Amino acid sequence: MYKLRWEYITNNKELFIDGLLLGLKMAILGLIIGTVLGLLLAFARQYGPRPLRWVVTAYVELIRNIPLLLIVSLLYFGLPQVFPRRSTGQEWVLKILPDAETTFIVALAIYAAAYLAEIFSAGIVSVGKRYLEAGRSLGLSRTQTAVSITLPIMLRTVLPSLGNTFIGLFKDTSIAVAIAAPELTWAARKISTDYFRYIEAWATAGVIYLLTCYAIAIGLRLIERRIKWTVA
Amino acid sequence: MSQNLAPNPNAMVSIRNLHKHYGELQVLKGVDLDIAPGEVVCVIGPSGSGKTTMLRCVNFLENYQDGRIYVDGQLVGYREQNGQLKPAPEKEVAKIRAETAMVFQQFNLFPHMTALRNVTFGPMKVRKVNKAEAEENARRLLARVGLADKADNYPSQLSGGQQQRVAIARALAMEPKVILFDEVTSALDPELVGEVLQVMTDLAQSHGVTMIVVTHEMGFARDVADRIVFMDGGVVVEQGPPSQVLEHPESERLQAFLRRLHS
Amino acid sequence: MNEVWDNRHLIWLGLKLTLQLSAVAIVASSLIGLFVGVGLFYGNRVVRSLLRLYVDVIRGLPILVVLFLIYYILPAVNIDILGVHIPTNVGRFQAAAIGLTLFGAAQVGEVVRGALASVPKGQSDAGKALGLTFWQRLFSITLPQSMPVIIPPWTNTAAELVKGTSLASLLSMSELLFATRKIVERTGDVLPFYIAAAAIYFVICFTISRLGALVAQRYRFGVAR
Ligand SMILES: Nc1ncnc2c1ncn2[C@@H]1O[C@H](COP(=O)(O)OP(=O)(O)OP(=O)(O)O)[C@@H](O)[C@H]1O
Ligand SMILES: [Mg+2]
Repeated sequence: MYKLRWEYITNNKELFIDGLLLGLKMAILGLIIGTVLGLLLAFARQYGPRPLRWVVTAYVELIRNIPLLLIVSLLYFGLPQVFPRRSTGQEWVLKILPDAETTFIVALAIYAAAYLAEIFSAGIVSVGKRYLEAGRSLGLSRTQTAVSITLPIMLRTVLPSLGNTFIGLFKDTSIAVAIAAPELTWAARKISTDYFRYIEAWATAGVIYLLTCYAIAIGLRLIERRIKWTVA
Repeated sequence: MSQNLAPNPNAMVSIRNLHKHYGELQVLKGVDLDIAPGEVVCVIGPSGSGKTTMLRCVNFLENYQDGRIYVDGQLVGYREQNGQLKPAPEKEVAKIRAETAMVFQQFNLFPHMTALRNVTFGPMKVRKVNKAEAEENARRLLARVGLADKADNYPSQLSGGQQQRVAIARALAMEPKVILFDEVTSALDPELVGEVLQVMTDLAQSHGVTMIVVTHEMGFARDVADRIVFMDGGVVVEQGPPSQVLEHPESERLQAFLRRLHS
Repeated sequence: MNEVWDNRHLIWLGLKLTLQLSAVAIVASSLIGLFVGVGLFYGNRVVRSLLRLYVDVIRGLPILVVLFLIYYILPAVNIDILGVHIPTNVGRFQAAAIGLTLFGAAQVGEVVRGALASVPKGQSDAGKALGLTFWQRLFSITLPQSMPVIIPPWTNTAAELVKGTSLASLLSMSELLFATRKIVERTGDVLPFYIAAAAIYFVICFTISRLGALVAQRYRFGVAR
């Protein structure tokens, strides 16, 4: 009969703590870069010339319909093979993707950008024409209107979806175990295979993920409540 | 309190000392009412007096805490054991519900079925009538409510008045022992009220169906009802033939209610 | 592209596993999720809180962690129900199928619950008044009316499950992505194989969502003609 031995977890608690922190860091960076990219994509799709709109739509549809793990594998295992890491003249790959952690953040950002572009586009559409016309009537230019009126109203509207995306990205950081970035899932797998402490390791990781996701959700709700204005 | 809870053997619907509360709120405080086969009874009363709640109890869309409701001698929603009420099994409840049809204020037609299917659905599913027979009967009923040409329309393609007439056909198709109408014209635009009242008047004058009609349409009640029942504060306050109830109200509450209607 | 064609058998072997795993997960998630949703909406307090706990726990976990939990923990526990031993030594395929189904059923359950809540109460009243039983009302009135609300997020979940099968490669199950990586390692050729794999995933997931949109359109009950 299997006996629970929690000391393997407590003795290795830095592994789990560091893993959690790395996961959060990758999710936050992925979200920030993804948001910038997603905003560009969304505004390009709404206001850009037609060919650009097609390109954006194609990007969004493509990324949303392939697994994140495929993007990660391609960037981490694939690209260095095309541009061998140590080959001279190809250092730029090395500069952009020097290690597993960075590679995963880039993959996550590419992935998040597609989902966020979709969310932002819907947000821009929902802001609609009435504010635009109000802005134009004040004598603001197109760009001024987009930046100072559409953008903040839209961001407020999509805040809940943005929060859910962040929770989703944090959960997705578990996939970084595939390229041995030492996040939470990696830590659990290490304890579980090094010491055969399967139940303890996976239960610990599971509980940490669960609590973190709920903590983030509660935090987001508090932030939302602190923003006094809503969009009518 | 010892009450006579036995059903009246000559009544189609017998309501005995009916009590219903939502949490703290007492809505029905001992309703007693007998309705004869083929009788048309209009129920009037101020808002919140419990008219809807009483109708819904008769169809067991709401449970009740005390008293009895019998439809054609059958206890509704419960089984009685040593004077105690035990919830009846679902099959039995469904069976007795099929005997009482209801027409709702908001029509509640099934939006994913055509008018014809709305009317054939109950007989086919519940009474196991075959399709050909159910459709023939449904077309006859749709013609009776003046909608022969709308059989293949979906509810969203019908006006409110037309939808309510389909709902009446749906109720009739079950060949129920009693039909319950709950303010069936109050959700309609004024110009559509007449067509629905006309259908109900025809129905009442055919003397086939027992009808309990909750309504604010006093003209309809006066012309069509065999009896008017006035409810207030969760009890039946006064009842009698329309001429008596409307022209010679005895209770002060009914007098006040009628005065407010006319002012 | 010649290399891809030369390796079509290996790719097909991987794709076959991906398709099988997807099919099992989608079908099981839909069936179980349907009842999870019904339980969440109509169940008594005990049923509702148990299902709520299940759904909320699953939604707070990465799919990958659910897969690992099943793969590593299930074989380590003994399950006896009424003296009958339930075999728990699951293989990779079963572990992946169970894990993905746990995830998918929670998603579908939440979708179904929300959709049932969106059906006006008058609809079940009307069904009750006709004398329909609970299951009759569910299958012929409330669920059909929920379909337009259920189908779009349901196809989303189906596509997520297809993408989720790629995680089984981390249990060393040789599905499409795993096969692709093996081929790339062997041939040293990178882009053609990853592009091929991406194209296959894309076609499957995109088809699912298009089909969903088509089916959802059929549930418009004559609203627009
Ligand atoms: N589901 C419910 N939960 C709590 N209270 C309710 C519920 N349904 C009705 N009530 C209350 O019961 C009382 C009687 O309601 P009921 O609908 O039977 O009145 P009514 O006579 O039909 O009024 P109206 O003429 O406005 O339709 C009201 O005070 C109402 O607020
Ligand atoms: Mg009422």
